[in-house]
Amino acid sequence: MQEVGALTMRWVKRLSREKFSMVFTLFQPMVFWLIFFGNLFQRTANAEVVQAPSYIAFLAAGVVVMTILNNGLAGGTDLLFDKENGFLERLMSTPISRTSVVISRFLFVMTITSLQVLVILGVAYLFGVHPVTGLPGVAVIILIGLLFGVGLTAISMALAFSVKSHGDFFSMLGFLSLPMIFLSTALVPLAAMPAWMAVLARLNPMTWAIDAVRPLILSGWAAALPKIGIVVIVMTVFDSICLFGAARAFRRTLG
Amino acid sequence: MGLTLSGSVAIEVAHLSKTYEGNVTAVEDITFQVAPGEVFGLLGPNGAGKTTTLRVLITVLRPSGGTARVLGLDVVEQATQVRQIIGYVPQERAIDRFLTGREHLQLLASLYHLPKDRAAARIDEVLRLVSLENKADEVARNYSGGMKRKLDIACGLIPDPKVLFMDEPTLGLDVQSRLKIWEHIRELKARGITIMVTTNYLDEADQLCDRIAIIDGGRVKAIGTPNELKSGLGGDVVTLTLAPGDLDKVEGLAQALKAQEGVRAVSANRNRLDIRVTSPEKTLPAILAQVGARQCRLEFVDYHRPRLDDVFLAHAGHRIQED
Repeated sequence: MQEVGALTMRWVKRLSREKFSMVFTLFQPMVFWLIFFGNLFQRTANAEVVQAPSYIAFLAAGVVVMTILNNGLAGGTDLLFDKENGFLERLMSTPISRTSVVISRFLFVMTITSLQVLVILGVAYLFGVHPVTGLPGVAVIILIGLLFGVGLTAISMALAFSVKSHGDFFSMLGFLSLPMIFLSTALVPLAAMPAWMAVLARLNPMTWAIDAVRPLILSGWAAALPKIGIVVIVMTVFDSICLFGAARAFRRTLG
Repeated sequence: MGLTLSGSVAIEVAHLSKTYEGNVTAVEDITFQVAPGEVFGLLGPNGAGKTTTLRVLITVLRPSGGTARVLGLDVVEQATQVRQIIGYVPQERAIDRFLTGREHLQLLASLYHLPKDRAAARIDEVLRLVSLENKADEVARNYSGGMKRKLDIACGLIPDPKVLFMDEPTLGLDVQSRLKIWEHIRELKARGITIMVTTNYLDEADQLCDRIAIIDGGRVKAIGTPNELKSGLGGDVVTLTLAPGDLDKVEGLAQALKAQEGVRAVSANRNRLDIRVTSPEKTLPAILAQVGARQCRLEFVDYHRPRLDDVFLAHAGHRIQED
């Protein structure tokens, strides 16, 4: 516990040292997606198709989950640098529990992600998107985010431990993140997609996360609850696969 | 077994080998012992297997064969106990640029579960030891290379280790910083810490280490004190440098000299010949006669007592840094 605490505090201290980076981390580019995309496509988006009062209201759920995706996938970055400059090896030569490094990173990424989700929902609120399920709904949105984020962060850390160079790491992330976004219901509903894209989107765990978050913002508990049930199942499977796969990479690196 | 902290051996490596995925053999059948309180050096060029050996000893790499023990504790079976008694100073500047020096040390102190008051005292002590007190509260981003190195060493000292492992402690440092680091290492030795360093600097091995193991191609080529190794060569070294135009004559001259009485070994590297001789007074004229007979033009002649680079050359068959 003391080890996890000390290591987590290190991530927090690092972030607080980089004042600019902290501001930009919290008010991520995702906020601009919401503002610019949301307003830009307002007139072109058909309210019948998106089934929402405005495009920005439709997009809010997508941007929330995109934030979770980006954070999770980038979650291993600092460990990658630790591996490359020898800091990780230094930690591994101390008598700490091997998993404390990984756990501290999970804790940190999950905390930052939750704060960002709050910022996004706050900005959406300013544009008139008021989640119909209120604060309890926001809490559930964050829980869904955590559920999805764990698996993503595990993938990212495993990748960080396995890649040969950090060029490989970043190109892999770039390769993963765009198809994940476009082959999901972040920007358009399934019904509006070409059939083949809709099929692929259904296989994307991100779609299921968005499908649970969106009714929490737009429709209400009755519509949301069944979707939440599904997302819990989907994410349990997704996280299990990710953690199982990542555990091998962790063991190889951390011994 | 393993519970006796035997006083006679601090580090014991026996028949150690490590083969990486894809059948790359990094070290093979490495055996050596380090006595308590010794500064022991692994000397060899990059890729010789020094760092691999070290990484096995600090428990972050599993050996493929053989055993390694630190103060009697097996680095695989008793890894956690080993981690409690060793300190490690990595080769890279393993520094978090965003943390201050003191924060590095505080992080490590809590990872070693030092109680708060003892941690604070220990941190002040190691900062003083590497003379970093004045910069302790600055972020490491502003540190010079030498200061980062000092912080690295301070980090390695936090657990008050009985055995300290240092990977290339002065790699890439300017002369002044190197001398400073050597001074710190000697101070640690005076405190009774056993220290193992890897290095590819001959002068570092020569001046800093009590004993060295010469490693090349993943194998130990020779072990001893620098003086033992030098006198073990027997005789002195004559170095001839031929004019660049006479490159084609080098091979023939080397062959002729090998047959010469009083010559123990000849090794040629481009236009340079290193000749080990039993008695230079008698052999030097004969060598020069051979040079004259073959009409080789000499650019430079040097005669010296064996140095560590001659030792390395004799055991490894090439120079540690190819020029």
